[in-house]
Amino acid sequence: MPSLKELSKKKELLSGGQRLCAGCGASIIVRQVLMAAEDPLVISCATGCLEVATTIYPFSAWRTPGIHCAFENSASTLSGVEAAYRSLKRQGRLDKTIKFIAFGGDGGTYDIGLQALSGALERGHNFLYVCYDNEAYMNTGIQRSSATPEGAATTTSPVGKVIPEGKQRPRKDLTQIVVAHNSPYVAQANPAYYNDLIKKVQKALNTEGPTFINILSPCPRGWRYESSQSIQIAKLATLTGFWPLYEVENGKYRITYLPRKRRPFREWLESQGRFKHLLSEKNKGIVERLEREVEEKEKKLLALAGEAPSSV
Amino acid sequence: MGKIVGLTGDEVAAEAIRQINPDVVAAYPITPQTAIVQNFSQFVADGVVSTEMVRVESEHSAMSACIGAAAAGARAMTATSANGLALMWEICYIAASYRLPIVMPVVNRALSGPINIHCDHSDSMGARDSGWIQLYSENCQEVYDNLIQAMRIAENKEVLLPVMVTLDGFIISHAMERVEILEDEKVRQFIGKYKNPHSLLNIDNPVTWGPLDLYDYYFEHKRQQIEAMEKAGEVIQRVGKEFKEISGRSYNLMENYRLEGADLVVVAAGSTAGTVKAVVNELREEGIKAGLLKIRVFRPFPAQEISQALKNAEAVAVLDRCVSFGAQGGPIFLEVRSALFEEAKRVPVVNYIYGLGGRDIGIDEIKAVYKNLERIAQTKKIEKLVGYLGLRE
Repeated sequence: MPSLKELSKKKELLSGGQRLCAGCGASIIVRQVLMAAEDPLVISCATGCLEVATTIYPFSAWRTPGIHCAFENSASTLSGVEAAYRSLKRQGRLDKTIKFIAFGGDGGTYDIGLQALSGALERGHNFLYVCYDNEAYMNTGIQRSSATPEGAATTTSPVGKVIPEGKQRPRKDLTQIVVAHNSPYVAQANPAYYNDLIKKVQKALNTEGPTFINILSPCPRGWRYESSQSIQIAKLATLTGFWPLYEVENGKYRITYLPRKRRPFREWLESQGRFKHLLSEKNKGIVERLEREVEEKEKKLLALAGEAPSSV
Repeated sequence: MGKIVGLTGDEVAAEAIRQINPDVVAAYPITPQTAIVQNFSQFVADGVVSTEMVRVESEHSAMSACIGAAAAGARAMTATSANGLALMWEICYIAASYRLPIVMPVVNRALSGPINIHCDHSDSMGARDSGWIQLYSENCQEVYDNLIQAMRIAENKEVLLPVMVTLDGFIISHAMERVEILEDEKVRQFIGKYKNPHSLLNIDNPVTWGPLDLYDYYFEHKRQQIEAMEKAGEVIQRVGKEFKEISGRSYNLMENYRLEGADLVVVAAGSTAGTVKAVVNELREEGIKAGLLKIRVFRPFPAQEISQALKNAEAVAVLDRCVSFGAQGGPIFLEVRSALFEEAKRVPVVNYIYGLGGRDIGIDEIKAVYKNLERIAQTKKIEKLVGYLGLRE
């Protein structure tokens, strides 16, 4: 793999000057993903922060061809593009090698776009789907999604007198849902671990068939932290065991980074305003349960990967 | 030479799609469109088309994939009915606004609820403001002819709009008729090659499809869409003339059936037009000056041509196989009556809603319509503006 220094010399396919917030994880993730690609790319984008902030007519931040159709159909729209590519290639009307990447937030992927994603995975299109998961509907103003973690306050799961804990349901494990589709390559990544992320993208793009990478995308507005802290916060997600980094290649699990000593889960909660209420005395029980669940999840993952647990 | 075959409406639609040989077909089965997808799947399995077939998991994804394929420079088609069309609703508007020449047979079926699988026009009529051109077919032959012409109309540089070709569920889709099929080569020459100048697959000239379009440009883009729709009327006529040269069958915006000197005129779309023709022939035998105006192109609506054709009538009845709840009448009625507003002579126009959920319509009901038109012509009075045919009340 080329070094970061070498990669940084590559022409950026997403230009600066777009209108994503300072500290937004999405543009950092997209730039790392695009940097990793060796072949020409065609992308699709679900409606969401990334799309509205990078393509305001008559401007576009994309230096590679792309299409946005609607909120729930990044996967099915790109299915059509990829089918056209295969058709024209088979007919001898196109000779270039092109790779395809669909982008969607957690709203467009976990929720409203889940059916389109599932269909595209099952049909076996040759494409990579990248979910930038900022754990809520940020574009419409921080509403809860099925990716919002239990206990997070959002504008539709606010903290109140009778509901002191914010979101009452645990988050959906979309990565596992994709694994259940028997996709040849599925991974979880984090922009704070750019080497790991870029390697995973390269692996996915060099794999025949539908591949998927779920990438945690810190959001200063929605998670309520200082915008300069995005990468630190993202790092904490993995160090505390909240967002483990792993890949599943043809059904085989591998943990790609395991902190030698897991940091206390409380640090993750303390780092963001959306969890502030959890630190009060009356929510103590919930925090203890969430801590246990992170441990359980890690144990399960380690068992799947056939590795020994890390110490706490 | 072409050949004469016996095919159902769905089979002939699949046959037309085979001859068009689209680069991509993305479709999801729904009664009564299913046979189109099944027959076409067989063509793919037998390798007689070069189409990449995307067996999507829903109609929403069918239209989304067609948009992706067409934006990537492929000729893309799908087919649907009723609830399937309703599910792709959002994406139909996007296809039209992206100016993608997607062609789609819509096998007319009543929209749920309650659920019903039989014919009415509530599905395609509901999509009349989506920006798609709409061609209605009377029989299997017209399904075939309309589909071939639709490709040319959609891809015309002055138009670049998607086209729906409708056929009545079961009445046409499952009825076997004598159909004249053109030679493959003739069809391919007629439709020519499609080239999207802004293909997504043109890596050297990257384009962004579907950017956010706010109050500073959206309105102008809608105006361009309006203009394309206006131009479509002319293009449809031109394509109709060219089609006659290869097929011997002529097509216009509408069909004027025995309208010369007709006092009493029925306006209808779809298979019912055939039934009306039979009644017109009978009435003409009896010396009654009856005529039919058959709607072929509903979008763009040929208002001028229709008012010209109807302005000398004594009384007009518009048949709508669709209800527009809370409106002054069915969609065709509203358009026809409005088109006649500028005429100096006031032509009385009434509306009949019929055939909802596949309720049959026969000769007797249509005769009753002409009877009522006779009465209106004599008394110059409309007793009931909107009536219902074949309904228990």
